[in-house]
Amino acid sequence: MKYVLLFGGTMENVDQLEGQAREEAMAAYVASGKWFEQYTKAGKVVGGEELQGPSTATTVSRKNGKIAVTDGPFIEAKEVIGGFALVEVADLDEALEMAKAWPGGPVEIRPIVEHPRES
Amino acid sequence: MNSTEFTGQVASVFRDEAGRLTAALVRVLGDFDLAEEVVQDSLVAALEKWPEQGIPDKPGAWLMTTARRRAIDILRRDKRYRDKLALLERSSVAPDPREADDRLRLIFTCCHPALAQEAQVALTLRAVVGFTTPEIAAAFLVSEATVAQRIVRAKRKIVDAGIPYRVPQGGELASRLDGVLSVLYLMFNEGYLSRGGSVAMRRDLAEDALWLTRLVDTLLPDQPEVLGLVALMRLHLARSAARFDAAGEMVLLPDQDRSLWDRASIAEAVALLDRAGAMRRTGPYQVQAAIAALHAEAASWESTDWHQIVMLYDALQRLADSPVVRLNRAVALSQFVGPEIALGEVNDLAIELAGYHLFHSTRAELLDRIGEPALAREARIRALELCHNPAERSLLERKLRG
Repeated sequence: MKYVLLFGGTMENVDQLEGQAREEAMAAYVASGKWFEQYTKAGKVVGGEELQGPSTATTVSRKNGKIAVTDGPFIEAKEVIGGFALVEVADLDEALEMAKAWPGGPVEIRPIVEHPRES
Repeated sequence: MNSTEFTGQVASVFRDEAGRLTAALVRVLGDFDLAEEVVQDSLVAALEKWPEQGIPDKPGAWLMTTARRRAIDILRRDKRYRDKLALLERSSVAPDPREADDRLRLIFTCCHPALAQEAQVALTLRAVVGFTTPEIAAAFLVSEATVAQRIVRAKRKIVDAGIPYRVPQGGELASRLDGVLSVLYLMFNEGYLSRGGSVAMRRDLAEDALWLTRLVDTLLPDQPEVLGLVALMRLHLARSAARFDAAGEMVLLPDQDRSLWDRASIAEAVALLDRAGAMRRTGPYQVQAAIAALHAEAASWESTDWHQIVMLYDALQRLADSPVVRLNRAVALSQFVGPEIALGEVNDLAIELAGYHLFHSTRAELLDRIGEPALAREARIRALELCHNPAERSLLERKLRG
């Protein structure tokens, strides 16, 4: 099955951190890179990107038939989505195992919709 | 056969057969949702037919035939399932005695942590123990629609999110087993606490939870915490006869007639606990069972080994700390250091346990003992406002009347 792992992070920008907090953030960043490398080699990660911060987000929504374009992410929350990985694994337990090995913040696991292909 | 005997027999047939049938059908169909649904349909059909026709000689085969027919009906309507249909029409899908018991896989799937715990409980009761939706609703005092919705959602998530049908292996097993045990204990408590002198339910949730825990022990032997939970449940049940008086009123542990306790059952539970202890992997259920065993073996409330009980609560706090554990520890502590110090410890929990009726009733007891009847009354009134169990309410009301 294919799943998307959505990586949550806080609003804080690494560049604005100082001292120990900055070192920890950098270490986590390096560890995340290793996570991607390891699971890509194993053939489990088939896609994924790191995203720019929520200040760069633009949301397109539809209200009463009208399309509105607004500044910012569509979920108002302290946690933001910092990146994602598209993984192909046997089942939810395997995806959970990968998410538990993620060195950063919380991970939301969402199965992707497999649309039937016309043959 | 009178109707009580009949319903008791039906319940025991259901719990022996339902899990096996569901497991066998999941294996053949590879579809958890469908398998669970048709087994449930066959149970409902049995509840309609058996009262008139009597329980068939081979009830398992009857249920399987009914479930299989139902599955064929459903599959015929959907072209996508042509292969499965052929399989179902060919084979009898009888549980194969040479096959390992699949029910363990079923239990771990129903108790997967990706499902909400209330859904885990409902699904386990339906798929493994053979409860019907109305029985679950009655046991948990929620509407049938709520239970049905929980089950539909959980089953959809199992299929859509790819929750595997498998017993976890290696390091994963211990943590997943913890999850299963907490579902079983929750089931047990719901049944044990809600059954009053007068409540007549078709199924006894506490007995079914014990049955299921023993099944887990059979299928996954030598797990000390499973044995610990079996011992804990048996120790509670061994005291049931003393929990209500002739008038159906609840009697608390200090006032219970200990001659009514089932001594043989207590001895068996203690032996189980010794076996678990010999495995040298302690855990919260073994410690709770050890506490229950000390109560069960004491000749009276006063002569209970309170010192040992407090030490066990200390151990429990290290393994699984919670405000409720600290509340119970304070009660034990009050027996040998006196109510004043214990009351201080209980008062420290005021914020965390503000909405818990037993916090307020425990305070009331301690306040009575230090000679503060007005404050005790206030605490008891608060406990009554928060308590929904009829037997406990009636006990509080009696104490308020004096």
